[in-house]
Amino acid sequence: MFTVAFDWILAHPTLFNRALERHLTMCAIAIGLGLTIGLGLALSIVNSRRLAAVAVNGVNALRTVPSLAILALMMPLLGIGIWPAVVALTILAIPPILLNSYVGLRDVDPTVLDAAVGMGMTRGQILRKTRLPLAAPAIFAGARTATVQVLAGATLAPFIGGGGLGDFIAQGIGMMDSARMLVGAIPIALLALTAEFSLGSLEKLLFTPRVGK
Amino acid sequence: MRRLSWAPRLSHDGNREVKWTPTHIPEIAQATLQHLGLSVGAVAIGLALALLVGVPSARRPRVYAIALTACNFVFVIPSLALFALLIPYVGLGTKPALIGLTLYCLLILLRNVVTGLRTVSEDVLDAADGMGLHPIQRLLAVELPLALPLIVSGIRIALVTTIGIATVAAFIDAGGLGTIILSGIDQNYTEKILVGGGLTAFLAIACDLALSRAEKSLTPWR
Repeated sequence: MFTVAFDWILAHPTLFNRALERHLTMCAIAIGLGLTIGLGLALSIVNSRRLAAVAVNGVNALRTVPSLAILALMMPLLGIGIWPAVVALTILAIPPILLNSYVGLRDVDPTVLDAAVGMGMTRGQILRKTRLPLAAPAIFAGARTATVQVLAGATLAPFIGGGGLGDFIAQGIGMMDSARMLVGAIPIALLALTAEFSLGSLEKLLFTPRVGK
Repeated sequence: MRRLSWAPRLSHDGNREVKWTPTHIPEIAQATLQHLGLSVGAVAIGLALALLVGVPSARRPRVYAIALTACNFVFVIPSLALFALLIPYVGLGTKPALIGLTLYCLLILLRNVVTGLRTVSEDVLDAADGMGLHPIQRLLAVELPLALPLIVSGIRIALVTTIGIATVAAFIDAGGLGTIILSGIDQNYTEKILVGGGLTAFLAIACDLALSRAEKSLTPWR
């Protein structure tokens, strides 16, 4: 069955490449937008306890809505195609990024901030030179979770006409053709695993505490 | 754009009033029960497996690391892809859905079972041994009760996650609330999407609240 699936890819390279390209484009745009919006929101709520409570509760409520429903709701609002899917995936990407960035920015050691103020840094400098670098590991962890979630959500995009690799799974289920399902499922699984493990090792590489420095 | 048979059709439904829900209460109730059954079933099987693996590996870091990596491997694979990978072996329907959902909650449950067991301090274990408890007695009377709050919190997170993912099971004919969302997509019927999605969110929140309360009552000293 695996060879049948592989042969199908070799026989239809344009179809496969188009789906792959679309899948990756959707995910990349959604993660980019999610990172911008999530980090922006985190920065704007970090200094206000009330805003933070509203945002954190809102995002937690949003998280209980299944990704399928979020994708499905884009259809009556925005129609079908790639953009409704991108918007839905962005909505999926925001919660982990926002929550992680917020906690990371909030939990910066206050004595460090005091020291920065004492050195005469302006607010912008404190943000750029102390807060953001110290919160970077948490922000990165949020982005990693978001990436895996967006890749998973993108699998469901074909059901609202968004295309991507999930197309092949949907076709396979429709035709009861296991090989066709694998044409979608195997690359999707490999993509998710590659993303998770490469981002995991990158995280270790970047943020392992350097002892004795 | 190329249109496939299952791709959403756009109809001119404009502002349809809420009229599907009141006439389909039994259908909705059945889908909700099916959804809950699928999720609870998967978490129950997952918990049994997590205990089976977690108890012996709690004090063996290397075994635990291997088990955790294996679970994480499965956890990362998107749900629809995992279901699709299972279908050639077990066919469509409840079976692949239940297996897939069980595999998903395994990571969360195993992590919490082991973390819970590890919070039991060596002194307590020594005392239990000193009282002459058999290892199985020690496990049942000392270790598991002390680990219970964390295990319950694992069940809570696993159940909330599983309820969300279980909507995808509708694609592989396993029923549940995803079926309502799916037919809402097919018929471009917003009300159905809202009912299916809303009830799923409601189920998740209700389970979350009920189990957080259980968690709190297990740790009255906190």
